[in-house]
Amino acid sequence: MAIAAFGSSQPAKTSGSAAKRAGVVAWVLLLPGLLYLTMFFMVPLVSLLVTSVMAPDPTGAIGVFNYGFDTQAYAHVTVDYLPQIMRSFGYALVATIVALFISYPLAYFVGIRLRTHPLIQKLTLTLVIAPFFISFLLRTIAWKQIFADDAPAMTFVRGALHLDATFHFLGTPGAVVWGLVYNFIPFMTLPLYTSLERLDLRLLEAAGDLYATPAAVFRRITLPLTMPGVISGTLLTFIPITGDYVNASRDFLGSPSTSMIGNMVQADYLQNQDYPSASALSAVLMAIILVIVTIYVKRAGTEDLL
Amino acid sequence: MKEFVPAGADLELKNIRKEFPGFTAIEDLDLHIPAGEFFALLGPSGCGKTTTLRIIAGLDEPTSGQVLIGGQDVTFSKPHERQVNTVFQSYALFPHMTILENVAFGLRRRKIEDPLAKATDALNLVELGHVAQRRPQQLSGGQQQRVALARALVNRPSLLLLDEPLGALDLKLRRQMQIELKAIQMEVGLTFLHVTHDQEEAMDMADTVAVMNRGRIEQMGAPEVLYERPKTAFVSKFLGQSNLFVGEVAETSANSLSINVAGSKITVPKERAEKQQGKIAIGVRPEKTMFHRSKPAESSSVNLLGPGQIKDIRFTGVSNQYLIEVPNVGDITVFAQNVGISPVIELGEQVWVSFNVEHAFGLLDLPVGDEE
Repeated sequence: MAIAAFGSSQPAKTSGSAAKRAGVVAWVLLLPGLLYLTMFFMVPLVSLLVTSVMAPDPTGAIGVFNYGFDTQAYAHVTVDYLPQIMRSFGYALVATIVALFISYPLAYFVGIRLRTHPLIQKLTLTLVIAPFFISFLLRTIAWKQIFADDAPAMTFVRGALHLDATFHFLGTPGAVVWGLVYNFIPFMTLPLYTSLERLDLRLLEAAGDLYATPAAVFRRITLPLTMPGVISGTLLTFIPITGDYVNASRDFLGSPSTSMIGNMVQADYLQNQDYPSASALSAVLMAIILVIVTIYVKRAGTEDLL
Repeated sequence: MKEFVPAGADLELKNIRKEFPGFTAIEDLDLHIPAGEFFALLGPSGCGKTTTLRIIAGLDEPTSGQVLIGGQDVTFSKPHERQVNTVFQSYALFPHMTILENVAFGLRRRKIEDPLAKATDALNLVELGHVAQRRPQQLSGGQQQRVALARALVNRPSLLLLDEPLGALDLKLRRQMQIELKAIQMEVGLTFLHVTHDQEEAMDMADTVAVMNRGRIEQMGAPEVLYERPKTAFVSKFLGQSNLFVGEVAETSANSLSINVAGSKITVPKERAEKQQGKIAIGVRPEKTMFHRSKPAESSSVNLLGPGQIKDIRFTGVSNQYLIEVPNVGDITVFAQNVGISPVIELGEQVWVSFNVEHAFGLLDLPVGDEE
């Protein structure tokens, strides 16, 4: 729809041939993007949906399915994997909120307080994205070592908090959320930084001049004007976290009791060879995210700021 | 929350000093503005006038000194605790709020009853009631400026600070806003402190003008007094134009003193001279200077220079500006009303220049380049 609007909105104003040329140029410029989306998004998506409604082979052979329209995979995943679905969105919600509360003050400090020191500002920003220089898996493994029951850190924590020797952190929901927050914090911080960095500080001064206390300045001016950053930051963390399968995996920070949707998709696809169930679960995840994001963006009401 | 009085309060600055790394923006500034006055702080950019304003608003803290509003020491109170509102140079309207909500912002923060009705009244005062539901970005510069004014005025602050609020407007709108601003000030009776670099604007609107230069107030007074009796070379040049003559005091009588400038005697009444001995500068305004084609009769009440040559003529409509080069004295500017039929004189003609002794003024300092 957006493409149509862009390609055909001009002709009404300009003369016929010029308009036609502008339309052609628009389509030519859009072509690489359209091709890319078709090949790497539309085709796999259709393939996914087709696979999700495939029927098991009548012989009962494992990993063999025939084309058809069988919705039993959907019934199976929505009933049997409900705990994992709920857990995924629960972990994602908690991790996103924790990440927001850590990132906003950080982004505020870097984007506003450090404006007078551009060099330190750039260096701090580099530190925010520095974890990206090391592989995602390595970083998560590192946390696994730190949280290991016999690791010095855990020995210290047990001693400091007077916990008994059976206390462990690795494999608990806390460890998984910890890993999720840690791994996704740059995706929250960067959009927040971008909107805070271009916030007009004169507006904050004007609000203070108009009797707003520092808390009121934040609530009435700073926060509403940086809402676009909050929205994109929360979306960029919440959506990938719901589909994450590394942190919650038993090979990393999780245990069987912390499995998320991603872990079930992985298990169904690679171990059980139940391709329709893996596809159906992916489709369900996508549908839920779509609904949540739509409601969220509508409710946030920041269309005129985006 | 303190009760806000619907009348102006007086402002007092005591020994204000503001240092930034590497330079001093304000040096020992003392200032008293009586309640209900329209006061203009006039100076070139970088003279410290905006810093002074920010210190009064509470946006900056002075390095030393005191700020008193209505007799109360507010030096270290926060902006939101001061009964002061500012019309910012950038207007600083909140882009995510309607015009009405912008104006009601201060009222809401202080939990004043019926903020929207009061905000609507304030918008009507600046004749913008019809744009109440629009957003700031939909308004023209002049309209935004008036919204900024309404947003500050609606709070009935005891002191209203105006930071070059007319700077971004075109000349015609600027003149119109000057008249409106003055009318509003008379109507609401608040104390206005207007910071500007436009000397005409300052003289036109203010009851009292303070001319600021390099972090100090050079001279302060009613516009007429400042114009008639500038005390320093800077004031004489910044507020209007001046012809300045520098020389040693050569003769002193009971009520006048004279300097010798390249053989010509220039006299100034004693009561109009800031400095009575040594090397001094005597000035006169160009419109009080005349030129003559033939040498006029010498008189003790007239200073006479020349002969010189007409070097430049600038036609500006209501008046002509003549630049006359007098050998060993320098260039003298003469403004003459365009009452005859132009041109009254040609380039290169020989003329004598005269002005009344009583129009001359003696300065405290010497113009840049003539200092000892």
